[in-house]
Amino acid sequence: MNDTIVRQSLRTYITREFIRDESYPLTDDEGIITGGLMDSFALAELAVYVEKQFNVYIPDPDLTVAKMDTLNQMVARVLRG
Amino acid sequence: MLTPSTRTHYHTLLDATVLTAPDAAAPAIIYVQTDTAPSTITRADFRKAIHQYAAALDAQGILPGDLVIVAHTQNLESIYLFWAALLVGAIPSMFPTLTEKLDRAIYMQGLADLVRLSGVKLVLTTDEFAPLLADVGCRVLGSSELITLRDEVPTLETPFMASRSEDEVALLQHSSGTTGLQKGVALSHQAVLNQLASYSAALKLNEQDVIVSWLPLYHDMGLIAGFLLPLVQGIPLVLMSPFDWVQHPALLFRAIHDWQGTLCWLPNFAYNHCARRIRERDLAGLSTASMRLFINCSEPVHPESHQQFLERFAPLGVRPEMLAVSYAMAENTFAVTQTRPGTEPTLDVIDRAALEQTGHAVPVPAGTPDSVVKVGCGPTIYGTKIQVIDSAGQPLPERAVGELVVRSDCMLTEYYRRPDLQPFTEGWYHTGDIGYLAEGEVYVIGRSKDLIINAGKNIFPQDLEAIVNTVPGIHAGRAVVFGVWDEREGTELVAVIAEVDSMDGAARQQVGRSVREAVSKAAGVSLGYVHLVEAGWLIKTSSGKIARNANREKWLRERTPVR
Repeated sequence: MNDTIVRQSLRTYITREFIRDESYPLTDDEGIITGGLMDSFALAELAVYVEKQFNVYIPDPDLTVAKMDTLNQMVARVLRG
Repeated sequence: MLTPSTRTHYHTLLDATVLTAPDAAAPAIIYVQTDTAPSTITRADFRKAIHQYAAALDAQGILPGDLVIVAHTQNLESIYLFWAALLVGAIPSMFPTLTEKLDRAIYMQGLADLVRLSGVKLVLTTDEFAPLLADVGCRVLGSSELITLRDEVPTLETPFMASRSEDEVALLQHSSGTTGLQKGVALSHQAVLNQLASYSAALKLNEQDVIVSWLPLYHDMGLIAGFLLPLVQGIPLVLMSPFDWVQHPALLFRAIHDWQGTLCWLPNFAYNHCARRIRERDLAGLSTASMRLFINCSEPVHPESHQQFLERFAPLGVRPEMLAVSYAMAENTFAVTQTRPGTEPTLDVIDRAALEQTGHAVPVPAGTPDSVVKVGCGPTIYGTKIQVIDSAGQPLPERAVGELVVRSDCMLTEYYRRPDLQPFTEGWYHTGDIGYLAEGEVYVIGRSKDLIINAGKNIFPQDLEAIVNTVPGIHAGRAVVFGVWDEREGTELVAVIAEVDSMDGAARQQVGRSVREAVSKAAGVSLGYVHLVEAGWLIKTSSGKIARNANREKWLRERTPVR
């Protein structure tokens, strides 16, 4: 598990499952929830995905819009383990 | 308890058990949050808090009949403020708060329109939003300022109790339209009490019940079922913030387990959300054995959503007979129907061709090819009548499909200060929903209007089309918005198709991004699909208008499967 793998995996997952357009050019620091690309509901699904894919359990207090709005934030949180 | 037989002992919402019962130590509200210990508010705490705030509102010159908007984050303070307004005889209305997604200027404009059209006297909000709302056109008080005012007011010797008559307006529920011209559904004390009495009887509500709710209080299901019902009936309410819950759905199951919850209302999408988005370890050791009913309401009910929920939570004690259904609307205060407690909802298997071609719900055996399954919403509650009518307004027989119209003793008085909008035709409220009646139950199969219901939120396509039309790069007037049912999400997703000039890929992607951002900021809606097309793609009617349904059909035919 490294930055590149996690970033690629999350980018594909988000553009396919939530934006429903894999050609969407999602940038690393774009507000995914605040920018209207994904509902805050999806954070719960992201948590399920991250646990299954990377075996990382993100506790609820870290699953907030403020802490998980961009790809950079999400990747950093996953890499912290 | 308030039931149809005790109804005459109650005159206004101020006769609520939470205010009048002798057992002041009983819990009124238990407020639960992620990562914070729960707060238990006893009836005594509740009474004290709302009387202090009521004294502050009184000192600020709020009079009986004044409209007070509570545009707050969902917390204990917003609850106290709502009841404090009732205590002084004012008309409270819960309003959604500004979120990180919404554009501040657009939100403020919506509120300013409401203030102007409805004659709002006071807006109560958080410290953060108070300065932003300063120009809204009426007095705005932030939390700290109000607390300072409250603490300056001497404690009253005698409790506040405004003298209001039963037929006066108690509160407003606002429709969740995205323009500022929202309709305020004005409900009298009498209407709300009639609804609570009849609905309690339909639920077989008893003193051992405990309601668990994450629902927003600006929505009828949250306000009536998940707020006024428990407080008026004097049963505990275990409440959480909708923002907290959507991100941490296991919180609901933790609350049910910890507080022995018995009743919980959920829109259809929430069954999918819980079934798919809770991690196993977050459920460890939890039980739902105390539950009586999970009530599916405020979105079309899909049997697959119930099935997913049942499969996932059966190990925690969810049983098929706990899955109940209600058909409800703010104009009837809340519930129109309720399935019988302890009885699984009826599944009506009907012939698809007959439904589409002749408008009749013709029953066929389960498993028949080309059949559709409709979930019964139960019989109407006491005091509420329903009819199915044809386009000429004539009543239709059993199993014929038409518009559902309702009349009852718990209807709205009016759309507040909107004499241009007449809610009734010869005493009947036309719901805009399409359905049929069979064996004493109501079945809802669609809508006559183009309304989209996304995750329990009502969205008018024309509102979103107006937003999309302002995005640079989109041909003005060349955008269409519609709902697309999504099996996985258990709700309708919102799709936009818009015509753009021919442009390179990067420029087009930038327009797509701007469309998503604009809709999110103006309406708080995350779009499910944004499809940009060349000029000439959209189908127009003979009068040159964009044909919403024809374009929806065209897009569904053309779209390549996402996965």
